Amino acid sequence: MSDLAIVEKLKAKFSPEIIDVVEFRGETTVTVKKEKIVDICTFMRDTGGYNLLCDLCSVDYLGQAPRYMVVYNLYNITTKERIRLKAPVEEQGAQIATVSTVWGTANWMERECWDLMGITFVGHPDPRRILMPEDWVGHPLRKDYPVQGPDREPYQGRLS
Amino acid sequence: MAVKSSEIMTINMGPQHPSTHGVLQLILELDGEIVRKVTPHIGYLHRGVEKLSEHRTYHQVIPLTDRLDYLAPMSNNLGYVLAVEKLLGITDQIPERAKVVRVLLAELTRLKSHLVWLATHALDIGAMTVFLYCFREREVITNLYEKISGARMTSNYFRVGGLSADLPAGVEQEMREYAEGMPAHIEEYEGLLTGNRIWQKRTIGVGTITAEAAIDIGITGPGLRASGVDWDLRRDNPYSGYEDYKFEVPVYQEGDTFARYKLRLEEMRQSSLIMLQALDKLKPGPILADCPRVVLPPKEDVVNTIEGLIHHFKIVTEGFKVETGEVYVGIEAPKGELGYYLVSDGSAYPYRMKVRPPSFINLQGLPQMVEGRLLADVIAVIGTLDIVLGEIDR
Repeated sequence: MSDLAIVEKLKAKFSPEIIDVVEFRGETTVTVKKEKIVDICTFMRDTGGYNLLCDLCSVDYLGQAPRYMVVYNLYNITTKERIRLKAPVEEQGAQIATVSTVWGTANWMERECWDLMGITFVGHPDPRRILMPEDWVGHPLRKDYPVQGPDREPYQGRLS
Repeated sequence: MAVKSSEIMTINMGPQHPSTHGVLQLILELDGEIVRKVTPHIGYLHRGVEKLSEHRTYHQVIPLTDRLDYLAPMSNNLGYVLAVEKLLGITDQIPERAKVVRVLLAELTRLKSHLVWLATHALDIGAMTVFLYCFREREVITNLYEKISGARMTSNYFRVGGLSADLPAGVEQEMREYAEGMPAHIEEYEGLLTGNRIWQKRTIGVGTITAEAAIDIGITGPGLRASGVDWDLRRDNPYSGYEDYKFEVPVYQEGDTFARYKLRLEEMRQSSLIMLQALDKLKPGPILADCPRVVLPPKEDVVNTIEGLIHHFKIVTEGFKVETGEVYVGIEAPKGELGYYLVSDGSAYPYRMKVRPPSFINLQGLPQMVEGRLLADVIAVIGTLDIVLGEIDR
C-alpha cells in the first residue's frame, strides 16, 4: 500500500495523536485527536504532498461518544493518491480548529459543516450559514433533527 | 475643482437574474465599474438531498442524484452507483457491457453539459447564434436520453450492479452518427467564436487564476487544467474501465477564460472520440452483475415465477444491507471532481451520504477571479466557471 509511507511518517511525528489506522476497500483512514488537527493537516500538505482538500464533512454518530466525526478527504495531485483523516468531536461544545488556513477551500466546506451539522470551527474567517437561511434555528443534518422538518407530523404515506 | 470620489456602491445581482445560471445571488460592491468585493449567497435551491438520502434505501437515492447537476444527470448517477458498488465490494463484478455503456453515456453527458455551458456562456457575452447552434445539438442528446432512459433530463438509468435496461435497438447507430458529426459542429462554434475579436476581448486575460491559487481554493476539472495542472481522474484514477480508452487530456497554461473555453472545446472532441471507441467495444452481453443480493431479477422472472416476484419485492421494499464501512469515490464529472462519500452502518439505508459537488467548490473561486476587475467580467467569469445551482445547493 503506497499510502503507508505517509502513515508511517505521521505515526513517527504525531504518535500520541493517532487513534487508529483503518484500511477498507483499498482506502486508508487515519483517525486522529482533534487538538493538533491544524498541525497534522499542515504536515499532510507540506510533507505528504496532499495539496488538495477534496472534501470536508462531518458525520453524526448519535448515541456514541464522542458524537461527531469531522472527515477530511485529501488528495495528492502529484502522486494521485487519496487518504482520509478523521477527527472525533464531542457533543459538548462541538468545536474544532479551522483548517481554512491550510487549504483555502475549507472555508465554504466548514461553513456548510457548521450550517448543517452545528460544529463550530474555531478561528474561521467567515462563520456564517451558507445553505440554510441566516435566521434558521437548528442544524438539519443532525440525526435528532426530523427529516420532515421541525414542528411537523411525520409523513404517513398516501391515505388513498 | 474636481473632487475625487471613492464612494462604494453596493448592488444586488440575482437570485433571479439570467446571467447567474440559476438562483445565485451576488452582492457586488462597486467603485465605479470596478468590482471591489463580491459576496455570493447560495442556498436558494437547497432541497436537503443529503438528509433525504439517509431515509432512502440505496436504490432509492439514485433519482435524487439526478437532481444535483441536472445538466449532467448520468455523471451523477455514475458517481453514486460506483460508490455503492465499492462499498459493497462488487466493483470487479460489473459486466463488461454495463461498464462500456456507462462510459459511453458519461461522455455523452459531458457533451450535453459542455454544450449548455458554451451556449449560455456565449449568450451572456452576446453571441446569440452560438446558443441556438448548441441547443440544436443538445436537443439530439436529450432525445437520445429519452430513448435510453425514458426521461429527457432526470435519467435515473444506472443501477447498483449495472444498468436499469439495455440500450434500445438503433440507438447505438444514432450515437455513432452523432459522435462522428460532433467535430464538425465544434468547428462551427470555433468559427463563430475563437477568432472573433469581441469574444477575445471579453475572455483573454479575464478571470485569470494561477495553478497554486486554483489548487488552494479547490478548483477541479477544466478550470484546473486550464491553469496548467495536468490532472484528469479518468486517466489518473480510472474507474468503470477508462484505462482501456485512448484519449488526450488537454492542458492550457494561461488560466484565463479563453483558455478554459478552448480546453472545454477540446474535451468535447475527446469525448466524441471516447464515445466512438466505446461503441466499437460494445458487445452483446449481460448488463447486470450476478449478485442476487443487491441486483433486481430480470423482468421475465418477476412476471413468470413466484421466486422472482418475491426476490423483486424484497429488494424493492427492504433494500439490501451493506457492510459497515466508508468509501469516497471521485469521478471526473463535466464540471470537475464529483465525489461521493458514503458511510454505512450495516443497515439498508446510507448512514451518511456527502456529495462533493464540483460547482460548489469552483464557485468559491469567484471572488478571487473578479475582484479588482470590471463588472462585465463578472458575467464572463460566472459563465466560465460553469456552475449549476442544483448541485451547489443540493
